[in-house]
Amino acid sequence: MNIDNYTWRDELREAISDLTPGTALCVLFLVAVIVIGALAPVIAPYGEGEILTNNSFEPPSTMMWLGSDYLGRDVLSRLIYGVRITLFLALVITFLSFLAGVSLGFLAAAFGGWVDNWISRLNDAMLSFPALMLALIVINSLGSSLVVLVFTVAFIDMTRVFRVARALAVNVMVMDYVEAAVVRGEGKAWIVWHEVLPNVLTPLAAEFGIRFTYAILFVSALSFLGLGVQPPQSDLGVMVKENLQAILYGEYTTLYPAIGIALIAISMNVFVDWLLQRSSAELPDEI
Amino acid sequence: MSLLEILGKRLILGAATLLFVSVLVFLGTEILPGDVAHAILGQGATPELVQQIRERLGLNEPLHMRYLVWLGNFLSGDFGTSLANGADIGTEIARRSKNTIILASCTAVIAVPLSVLLGLAAAVKPGGMVDRAISSTSLALISFPDFLVAVVLVTVFAVELRWLPAIASIRPSYDLLDWIRVLILPVTGLTFTILAHMVRMTRSAVLNVLASPAIEMALLKGVPRRRLLLRHALPNALGPIINVVALNLAYLISGVVVIETLFNFPGLGRYMVEAVTNRDVPIVQTCAMIFCSFYVLLNMTADILSIVANPRVRYKK
Amino acid sequence: MADSLLKVRNLEVSARGRKGREFSIVDNISFDVQKGEVIALIGESGSGKTTISLACLGYSRPGCHITGGSVLLDGISLLEQPLPKLQELRGKDITYVAQSAAASFNGAMTINDQVIEMPVITGSATRQDALSKATRLYKELELPDPENIGKRYPHQVSGGQLQRLMAAMAMISDPRLLILDEPTTALDVTTQIEVLHAFKTLIQNHNASAIYVTHDLSLVAQVADHILVLKDGKMVEYGATEQIISVPRNDYTRELMAATHLMPEEFHAPPLVTAQEPPLLDVRNVSAGYGPKHEFIALRGIDLTVKSGETVGVIGESGSGKTTLGRVISGLMNAAKGGVFLNGQRLANHVDRRSRDELRQIQFAFQMADVALNPRQRVNKILSRPIMFYHGLRRSEATREVARLLERVDLPSSFAWRFPPELSGGQRQRVNLARALAARPSLIICDEITSALDTIVAQQILDLLESLQDDLGLSYMFITHDIATVTRISDRIAVMRHGEIVAQGLVDEVLTQDCHEYTQLLLNSVPEMRTDWLDEAVTRRRKLIAALS
Repeated sequence: MNIDNYTWRDELREAISDLTPGTALCVLFLVAVIVIGALAPVIAPYGEGEILTNNSFEPPSTMMWLGSDYLGRDVLSRLIYGVRITLFLALVITFLSFLAGVSLGFLAAAFGGWVDNWISRLNDAMLSFPALMLALIVINSLGSSLVVLVFTVAFIDMTRVFRVARALAVNVMVMDYVEAAVVRGEGKAWIVWHEVLPNVLTPLAAEFGIRFTYAILFVSALSFLGLGVQPPQSDLGVMVKENLQAILYGEYTTLYPAIGIALIAISMNVFVDWLLQRSSAELPDEI
Repeated sequence: MSLLEILGKRLILGAATLLFVSVLVFLGTEILPGDVAHAILGQGATPELVQQIRERLGLNEPLHMRYLVWLGNFLSGDFGTSLANGADIGTEIARRSKNTIILASCTAVIAVPLSVLLGLAAAVKPGGMVDRAISSTSLALISFPDFLVAVVLVTVFAVELRWLPAIASIRPSYDLLDWIRVLILPVTGLTFTILAHMVRMTRSAVLNVLASPAIEMALLKGVPRRRLLLRHALPNALGPIINVVALNLAYLISGVVVIETLFNFPGLGRYMVEAVTNRDVPIVQTCAMIFCSFYVLLNMTADILSIVANPRVRYKK
Repeated sequence: MADSLLKVRNLEVSARGRKGREFSIVDNISFDVQKGEVIALIGESGSGKTTISLACLGYSRPGCHITGGSVLLDGISLLEQPLPKLQELRGKDITYVAQSAAASFNGAMTINDQVIEMPVITGSATRQDALSKATRLYKELELPDPENIGKRYPHQVSGGQLQRLMAAMAMISDPRLLILDEPTTALDVTTQIEVLHAFKTLIQNHNASAIYVTHDLSLVAQVADHILVLKDGKMVEYGATEQIISVPRNDYTRELMAATHLMPEEFHAPPLVTAQEPPLLDVRNVSAGYGPKHEFIALRGIDLTVKSGETVGVIGESGSGKTTLGRVISGLMNAAKGGVFLNGQRLANHVDRRSRDELRQIQFAFQMADVALNPRQRVNKILSRPIMFYHGLRRSEATREVARLLERVDLPSSFAWRFPPELSGGQRQRVNLARALAARPSLIICDEITSALDTIVAQQILDLLESLQDDLGLSYMFITHDIATVTRISDRIAVMRHGEIVAQGLVDEVLTQDCHEYTQLLLNSVPEMRTDWLDEAVTRRRKLIAALS
């Protein structure tokens, strides 16, 4: 009998039955957005860079549901492509930062002593930089390309993930069941994989959601500053920047991508909040 | 360890952090780009010209010497000149930092008390109407990109209603009223970027304290609600709240950069973004050092305040 | 009884579980407290005793609510009072002493500020009067330096003192009813009686009524006039203390009585002397300490042997070094000096450098089964891992072995597919033991394995240990603070204090009339089931403490 698989499915079923309507809506929205992003070339009515009219900021019409942007491109299509690249970047960044941050965090927690000391100190030193400053310094030096962007933001994120992963793992490492494994003679790798990981999975999943949201917001901010994704490629942040003048023409072109970012982030945050609240305590009624 | 020892250690750590930050800013900007001389000359770089520039900038000196000279200059207030137009960076910084300080401190003065109050209001009756309203609004707000609220504000108040300027340019002739007109939108936009985080973190810090056995004991002693919150809970929540405030004032840095760019506000943030776009290294270095030092000092102050606020440290065994 | 001070009638409390399911935790409880009477609520964990005592203050914990019944204090219905009126009553008429004073005092206020808070803010006394009254109470409770102790912050005084200070806080307004919730449970055994005595004297001097909540029948016999026995939120038996102690009517009460921590009537017969067999475990002159250079000494020159098939009890209070000794033997902590020998072979200091077979022979059973078992692993995985690890069995063979092990510790084999949080405390402790057995060890180090358990369950675990020893010829090193328990199951004992062994040998050799003062102190702390025991014990305790220092 495969026990681990059994657990996972049980938990998923229970989790789904626990979903509140609001959270379920957010999860559905996230799934829909991911599908839209993945299938962008199929779904989008026009190409990403296709110039359809000579007029900037045309109002919405049957041809272009959300009107045209400053170059006369279809805003809806660009929005769909923008979602695609925004999600892609955030996913890659979060994945990389977790790979590095969790590995290092577990390493530090499992070995303790000077290993932990050095990694943690170095990490604290990196944390003494405001995230945006670190990004600006690197981008100033290396220029902005997708690769620089991904690795820079992933690195910044990693320092945060490390802290969380280490703290979670350290809390588990002091438990008696870990000590029981140590006296049994188990190796560090076995302990981390079988004793620590299953116990920190939920908080790590929540942290993944938080970091994912953060990556979306951070990359969007950089793009908005003109230092993130570079045209002709565009994510949602670039679209906000490009179409800022639309406001002056009385069109809401620039609001769509901004609201898009917010909706994705809200859905993720609601989901994470729900995840964390499943295991929280209550307060006396009288306060 | 006595209080003084702890504080002394924290101060030394702060100084060491500042030093580390300066090394990293220097290395990050001087080493990574390959060669500043090439960056200045661009396409027209001949070996002779490159050599000349390198000598003029002292690029042939060993690295640690260059760092020491750079740090010495920075500390004595000599920030050098812009690579792009040769203008003195010090004068520009002086002008712009004043604007940024005004923007940031106006925001802090509004956002900090407001969010601590909202956080407290949500925490004292968890699950109640007030809490649910505050919590769900703040959950939505933390998901907003820094520019969203500002863009909406501009759309409504500058474009539709035409009450306030969309662009925040500053002229020397401005009087107080002009300043207020110019600042309302950026300050409001900036407040929203830090408010929600601060509310949520204050709430959970206070909730943490309210869930402690000491508060249950006070309830069972019959301490009235007002006193319970002010006399029993607040002193214990003070340390965490101070940390929350400091942490979020640090978020102000990225907010300032975005909001200044959006409103074309002549502050340090926009100065730095423009410099990064133009690869104007001395400006980037100077601005980065200023922002990072602010951040480090803020964190240190918060730590020191929360150490002082903790009776376990203040009165040792 | 018209003049009873507190009347509890048909009290019902329920709690909301996950997904909003309601379940009853206190069911149809009725009792009276007369003026000047102490009534004890006694029961194991989950019996609802704390919930009932809190309901007597008109309070229910988050997630719980009072669904029925009434609580009348002199005719005032507490459950119907508006909050301000309730606060007034709590500040003056009914007061509470919490289980852990260390957690329940506010760290940000001085002790005096907390003790005199209620009389001062309700205006029943001036600050000056309240302070002098507090000082009088401190004196009465025999706290050191009564003039100044209240000026300190809670973290600056010891746990036993804090517990007494909390009693002072409760008594400052001369309450009509005092509620004490396990007030001595968090303390060391030898401090426990001192604090209990202080409470008893206080209640007697002030002629107060009290509800005393505890799990320990032997302690409560010293203070209570009536005893209410609870099980799973229901009343099991109610009666005068003398009657409950001498002629308990209910089976459960009898069971509780039988499992109480009393000194056994007779000790283990010394094992037959076997010819010159080398000891299984030999600890020779071991010293150890914490800190990078072992500068905080925890063990000093420990010599101890465990022979094959015998049980050695190690007794000490917190800080005596008994747990450190177990950790050094199992290789979790390095010895600074000396060595540990297994079957005459010197063991490496640290677990990393011991062979798998050496590790297998010494197993460690932890105190708290709920943290000793990974909540995310099924019992099958917890038990099959050591089997596979030490004996190289395949997964399917290991699973069959797990069934045998579960049977061995009297658990159904279907438990293999459960997670630890789905088991009760006693069941978890059985799994914990089964994990140690899975290695087929020669020696199991049991670190306080019964101290977190309810008395009846603890007794069952001790019985299990003995039957395992008879069947498998195991040796135990039984580490505990409870001298009564340890003498019941040990062949030999060692008494530890401040990192040293002050006495060791066969049980009857150690526990003699003129044994070491510290051993006497420990023996003196074991309650006896007679109502005049406490006063005698406290007098003896003071003499012994004087002799020790």
